[in-house]
Amino acid sequence: MTLTIADVHAPVIDYRALSPLMATVGGSIVVMMAGLLRPRFVQRVLVPVLTALSLLAALGLLIWVWEPGDQRPIIEGALTTDTLALGLSALFLVAGLVTVLLSLRAEAVREAGPGEYCALLLGSISGMVVLAEATNLITVFVGIELLSIPLYVLCASELRRETSLEAGLKYLVIGSVGSATLLYGLALVYGATGQTDFASIADAIGSEGGVGITDPLLLTGVAMAATGLAFKASVAPFHQWTPDVYQGAPTPITTFMAVATKAAALAIFLRLFDQALVDTQTDWGPALAALATATIVIGNVGAIPQRSLKRLLAWSSVAQAGYMLAGVVVATTLGLRATCLYLAVYLLMNVAAFAVVVARERVSEHGDDIASIENLGQAEPWLAWPMTISMLALAGFPATAGFIGKFYLIDASVDGNYTWLGIVIVVGSVVSLVYYLRVIAVMWLGRYEVEMPTVPRRRVKPIGGWSPEAGARAQPEVSLVAIAAAAATILFGLWPNPLFDAARDMGSSLSGLF
Amino acid sequence: MTIHLSIVLFMPLAAALVGALLLPQQVMRWLVFAATLGVLAYVVVMLADFDSGSRGLQYVTDDSWIPELGIRYQLGVDGLNLFLIALTAIAWVPCTLWSVFREHERPKLYFFNLALAETAVLGSFMAQDLALFVVFFDLMLVPFYFLIGGWGTGDRVRATTKFVIYTLAGSLLMLAGAVALGALSTPDGGQISFSIAELTRRSTSSGTQEWIVLLFAAAFFVKAPLFPLHGWIPETYRSTPLPVLALLSGVLSKVGVYGFLRIVLPTMPQGAQHFQELFIVVAVFSILYGSALAFSQDNVRLVVAYSSIAQLGFITLGIFSLDPKGAQGAVIQMVNHGLVVVPLFLIIGVIASRARGSESLSELGGIAFRAPVLATLFVIVSFATLAMPGSPNFVGEILILFGAFENKLAYGLVASAGVVLAAVYMIRFFQRTMHNRPGPAVESRDVDRLDFAAIAPLVAVIVALGLYPQFVLHRSDKATTARISAAQQVQSPVASRQSPGTRPVMVLKDVPKP
Repeated sequence: MTLTIADVHAPVIDYRALSPLMATVGGSIVVMMAGLLRPRFVQRVLVPVLTALSLLAALGLLIWVWEPGDQRPIIEGALTTDTLALGLSALFLVAGLVTVLLSLRAEAVREAGPGEYCALLLGSISGMVVLAEATNLITVFVGIELLSIPLYVLCASELRRETSLEAGLKYLVIGSVGSATLLYGLALVYGATGQTDFASIADAIGSEGGVGITDPLLLTGVAMAATGLAFKASVAPFHQWTPDVYQGAPTPITTFMAVATKAAALAIFLRLFDQALVDTQTDWGPALAALATATIVIGNVGAIPQRSLKRLLAWSSVAQAGYMLAGVVVATTLGLRATCLYLAVYLLMNVAAFAVVVARERVSEHGDDIASIENLGQAEPWLAWPMTISMLALAGFPATAGFIGKFYLIDASVDGNYTWLGIVIVVGSVVSLVYYLRVIAVMWLGRYEVEMPTVPRRRVKPIGGWSPEAGARAQPEVSLVAIAAAAATILFGLWPNPLFDAARDMGSSLSGLF
Repeated sequence: MTIHLSIVLFMPLAAALVGALLLPQQVMRWLVFAATLGVLAYVVVMLADFDSGSRGLQYVTDDSWIPELGIRYQLGVDGLNLFLIALTAIAWVPCTLWSVFREHERPKLYFFNLALAETAVLGSFMAQDLALFVVFFDLMLVPFYFLIGGWGTGDRVRATTKFVIYTLAGSLLMLAGAVALGALSTPDGGQISFSIAELTRRSTSSGTQEWIVLLFAAAFFVKAPLFPLHGWIPETYRSTPLPVLALLSGVLSKVGVYGFLRIVLPTMPQGAQHFQELFIVVAVFSILYGSALAFSQDNVRLVVAYSSIAQLGFITLGIFSLDPKGAQGAVIQMVNHGLVVVPLFLIIGVIASRARGSESLSELGGIAFRAPVLATLFVIVSFATLAMPGSPNFVGEILILFGAFENKLAYGLVASAGVVLAAVYMIRFFQRTMHNRPGPAVESRDVDRLDFAAIAPLVAVIVALGLYPQFVLHRSDKATTARISAAQQVQSPVASRQSPGTRPVMVLKDVPKP
């Protein structure tokens, strides 16, 4: 044995850049430990506060290490940091904060236990951060699994509701199929190029005499990887699980999935296609564009007959994923920026809508049916306005951030010689009006001249020993989330420059783009 | 003297916001009315101060808004939009006054929407940046969606949804067209710009212009509306509350045709010229179709609705005759049509209140017997609508027909049948409501003081313009001619009257834009 310990080089680790990830992972462990203590104070106050603190700490650290420019390694060959990863991580963290707020009074938290619930949430967020920072096929897969497995559990966390269990199981089965497909794909990509590193893959494909996209191994690998990711991002035709899971999962978790999981999946779409495979854009571009078109059409048409608000938002999120894919398709810096900007806008719009659904389904006998928001404009304008603004923004009305986002995406499509895709986005938006406007009509244009019988306010049943002594009506944190998100939607609609600045920083990360 | 357009533009919205949040509704409605008066006062000052010798923009506001997208906050007034801004300011006063004296459900929301609509319409007339125009153009739909759906009659939710989907389908296509125009006209390495002046200087290939013109035409034809994109008309006109309908028909319809003069002809002269024949056919069809249907309607609102289609057909004919006289006539006719339609709908409101709300010609009649003042007002407005010599509309229609004779003689001859048909349907309308045997439920009373206060000033403006049409012509002449000159040059670079066969096609691209 001549091998001495000195010959094994430990990877160089940049702890400063790693700190946001450490905050969420560490937070996850601390929260799980804290959840073991039984006092009410710990369960009801300390655990959510610790979770929020860990997220805020990660957010703070993230701003601390924010620095536009090229990728810098965190752990050699496994994780790198750049502003794209950091910006997307910021989205995940904000989504996590929102989820914690929306979950404060959720039944799921009481049934699953606050410690477990919050620890799983933090674990999932850590997976997303890993995914955003991944620079290596193996880290990608680790990130995807770390993201997904806690989510399978969280979906089923409302243990006494059958649909929640169904959602969990469905998501587990479909998600596993997606992960397996992705893994196959990644393995084939490795087989074709002999590399696991994104940069090396790009070199292997781009270099003279290297592997072309027509190489059957690489082509199959890329197709399977894209399919696996399409499952996660609920891109048609791999979207069928979305409505069922979104409807069945506890609504705060639905919010988290709609916003953060989608952003994470698109992050890896961006990394894989706009970084590793960027040189063969002319080959995969049309295929991905066709996928985006199908997603836009199917998502928007599927949303039209929905009565359940959660299902409606699920279908709408399918369509929105299609819009965002347009930014990936063109593989330009502009497209990258547009996708990043739209992800941020998308978070705001959906958070506002889901917060209103959370607030209403707790008090209304109709649950998440569209009837639960009937005449909301008169009954609770502070909930009706955020919902209205969110719907208008999702439909792309001006003076909301949704308009800016769509404008930018169309601009990117036209600029990248995919004008027809821009027009598909527009046509999709027209179709989407049918269901977005219906939500607004139900809230504001109901039979207001007829005295409506007051909807009986169903109080949340006391479960598991401690009941929310605050009535179901008093949900200041949910209203706060809704109003804040809606206000931000309007604010960024009128003054979007901060978003553009962030998007420009994020767009500077991938230097191989046009 | 400096006139800040931003103050005019946001005065109604600011008043409504302050009123809605801080004041009781009785005070708020007066505050909104005061704001419309404030706008009018400001516009009167502007009319007096306007330098009619200049063909450029005056009172320009030009600030950076979203530098990333090249969107500027650019407002300006020239002879083309001066009178449309004046029309907006004039029309909103009586319609708001009419509403102030009537009771509404949820008055704060009603007046907020009314004020927001004024800001949006003023904005789309003032905007000198294409993206800003699109913003205001789409924004207009939001208040009208609520106004029709919330305070309309009959099947109002269906009507308003149809209205918004029709119009937004058009305007989202226009959004795609606008982005495409901006992106494709950007020279290599240049910064994207949506400033209309800048777009006029830049050039795009005529093939590009052609399809972009079609996208714009879709938006403007729906808005106008012109045959065959008028499908939303019957339901919307039946359901809309009258003061709102007066604005919708009198002012909003002008934004579309104004867009042709402001945007399409200067920035895409070759595209506009390419479709000249098609658009003229659409215009002539609209004239004949609208007139024929106006003659056969029983509902008085629909008589005016279809007559509007015919009138907007005339305006479009004037614009696409691509002749200075025709364009002049179109501009003056836009103002005139707005000025007659607003009092017409208010008179319909008065008439309907004399017949227990009936708006059916078969149940009306004989109102003039004890209502001489109402009859006088109505007869003046009717004669103006049918373009009696001495009315401002006569000047407008004659100019349009001169323009059409100049370039497209055959179409001009067919269109002149519309002048005759206008007499047929307007006189029928007048007789069946005011003369004839009193209808079963008709109770003849003269116009009361408040309604008189709303209608009479408008009639006075009509008479004044009939006596002195040069007031408009003199100020709008230069700017209007400048707008069409590019397209006119494309049409016939050598002389304006050449046979189509000898039109040198290849020369077209070389024509420098002024």
